[in-house]
Amino acid sequence: MTPETVRFAGFRTLLYKEILRFWKVSFQTVGAPVLTAVLYLLIFSHVLDRHVTVYGDVPYTVFLVPGLVMMSVLQNAFANTSSSLIQSKITGNIVFMLLPPISYREFFAAYVLAAIVRGAFVGVGVIAVSLLMVSLPVVAPGWIIAFALMGGAILASFGMIAGIWADKFDQLSAFQNFLIMPLTMLSGVFYSIHSLPPVWQTVSHLNPFFYMIDGFRYGFFGQSDVSPWISLAVVSACFVVLAVLTLSMLARGYKLRA
Amino acid sequence: MSSPAIRIAGVHKRYGALKALDGVDLEVRQGEFFGLLGPNGAGKTTLISALAGLTRVDEGELAVMGHDVVADYRQARRKLGVVPQELVFDPFFTVREALRLQSGYFGIRRNDTWIDEILASLDLTHKANANMRMLSGGMKRRVLVAQALVHRPPVIVLDEPTAGVDVELRQGLWQFIRRLNTDGHTIVLTTHYLEEAQTLCNRIAMLKAGRVVALDTTDNLLKRFSSHALRVRLAEPIGLDFLPGARDTGDGWVEIPFEAYGEVEDMLSRIRLTGGRVEEMVLGEPDLEKVFMGVMHDA
Repeated sequence: MTPETVRFAGFRTLLYKEILRFWKVSFQTVGAPVLTAVLYLLIFSHVLDRHVTVYGDVPYTVFLVPGLVMMSVLQNAFANTSSSLIQSKITGNIVFMLLPPISYREFFAAYVLAAIVRGAFVGVGVIAVSLLMVSLPVVAPGWIIAFALMGGAILASFGMIAGIWADKFDQLSAFQNFLIMPLTMLSGVFYSIHSLPPVWQTVSHLNPFFYMIDGFRYGFFGQSDVSPWISLAVVSACFVVLAVLTLSMLARGYKLRA
Repeated sequence: MSSPAIRIAGVHKRYGALKALDGVDLEVRQGEFFGLLGPNGAGKTTLISALAGLTRVDEGELAVMGHDVVADYRQARRKLGVVPQELVFDPFFTVREALRLQSGYFGIRRNDTWIDEILASLDLTHKANANMRMLSGGMKRRVLVAQALVHRPPVIVLDEPTAGVDVELRQGLWQFIRRLNTDGHTIVLTTHYLEEAQTLCNRIAMLKAGRVVALDTTDNLLKRFSSHALRVRLAEPIGLDFLPGARDTGDGWVEIPFEAYGEVEDMLSRIRLTGGRVEEMVLGEPDLEKVFMGVMHDA
C-alpha cells in the first residue's frame, strides 16, 4: 500500500475523528438525547394534547415535535464541540491536533461540521421516533434543512468558544445550565410566543434561539411567529459573529497555544 | 550548503515577569544526535514547544529544515516529529486508529505499511488493535514515539522520552532511536539521565534560566570540564603533593585526575616509590554529570 498525500487531508481527518469520537459512544451521544426528547413528547402530549391547539388547528403534540427536534440539534451540537475540546485540553491529547499542519480555519470547519452531523443524527432520531406517534406535515423542507444547519453551526461555534475558554468541566456546565438551557427553554420550544403577554413576546424576540426554532418550525407548518426570512437573517448574523469570534480565538491560539 | 535541521535565532519568551527564554541562539545540523540539557525550569520544554508551534515567542526566529515555524508553518511541522513529555493519549481510539489519524492530520493516507513497520520496531504489533486505555505506561510512551514518526519527519524531538520507563524498554527505545539517527534523521533529546545524553549525543547545549550556557561537542565538554580520575585507598596516609591535582576526598580515598591511561602506571609507581601502598583502586571515566554541575555552578 503506497502512502499518498491528499489536499485538505488534515481537515478531513479531523472531521472523521470528531465523528468517530461521538459515534463510538453513540448510545450516550445520540441514543440518550433522542430518548430525552421522546420523554418530553410523551409527557407533554399526554397532559396537553386534548386541551391545546396552535396555529389554528395544529394539535399540540404535532406542534411540539419540531421544537423538540431543534432543541436536540442545538444542545447536541453545543455538547459535541465543547466536550471534545475540553476533554482534549484537560487530558492533553489536543497536542495531537496542534502539532500537525492543520490551519485554524480547517480546525474550525472540522469541529463545526462534526457537531452538525451529531445534531443531525439526533434530530433525525427524534423525528423517526415521533413519527410512530404523530403524523408530521412537511411544507418547506428547504427551510427545515437551512435552519437545522445554521442552528447546529451556531451552537457548534458557541461550543467551541466555551470549550476553548473553560479550564474545568464545571465552567462548561455553567455555560450549559445557565445559558444554553434557559435560552432554549424560553425560545418557544413548548409554546408559540403569541400565547405570551406582549412584554414577554418582546423579550422572546431578543433570544436568538427563538428565531432558530421558529424558522425551523415554519418548514413543517408553513406558519411561524415571525417571517422565516427575518429568522434566517438573525440566525445568519449570529453565526457570522460567533464564527468570527471563534476563528479569532483559534488564530491567536487563545488558551491552546501558549 | 544544506540548511540546518533546526535554527533558533534571538528567541525571547516571557510569562509575566518570568523570562522563560532569554535570547537563545542555536543551530542543530542535519544528521546530528543533539542533547538539550538543563535543570527543571531552564526553558527546554518552552524551546521545544516554540519549535513545534505550541508556544509563540515574543521575539526571534525558529526554523525547521529551513522553514520558518510561523510564516511557513505547514512545511516546518511536516519536517518535525515531537514526542511530548507528558504521557498523553486519546482514550476513544485503538493504537492503529490513533496512528492512522495522526497520519491523516499530516496529509498522508494509506500509510499502513509504514505504521506496521513502526509498530514492529517498537514491539507494539500485538497491541495494534488494543484501546489506548488498556496499555501500560511504557506502551503508551512507545505509541507517542510512533505518533511522532508516522509522517517520516527528518527531525525528531524527544522531550524526556525515558522518564519513568523501565530499563529494558529504555534500551529498546534507544536502539530504535539510534537506528533512526543512523538512517539520517536528526535527533534532539532532552533528558535528566545525563549518562544517556553522554552515550548518545554528539553535541550538547546546556540551558540555564532561558539562556544557552554551554554548547559544544560531547567530547569537548567532557575534556573541558571533566577528566579521567584515578581513585586510590592507601594502607597508610602519605602526602601526594607530587601528583598534580591530587585531593583527599575525605572518605579515606585520594582522587588524582589524568588525561590518558598511559599516565596511570607512572602515577602508581611514584606512589610506590614514596612508600605508599595501594589497597584499593578505581579508574573513573569523564562524567557528564560533573560537566553539568560545573557549568550550572559557573553560569
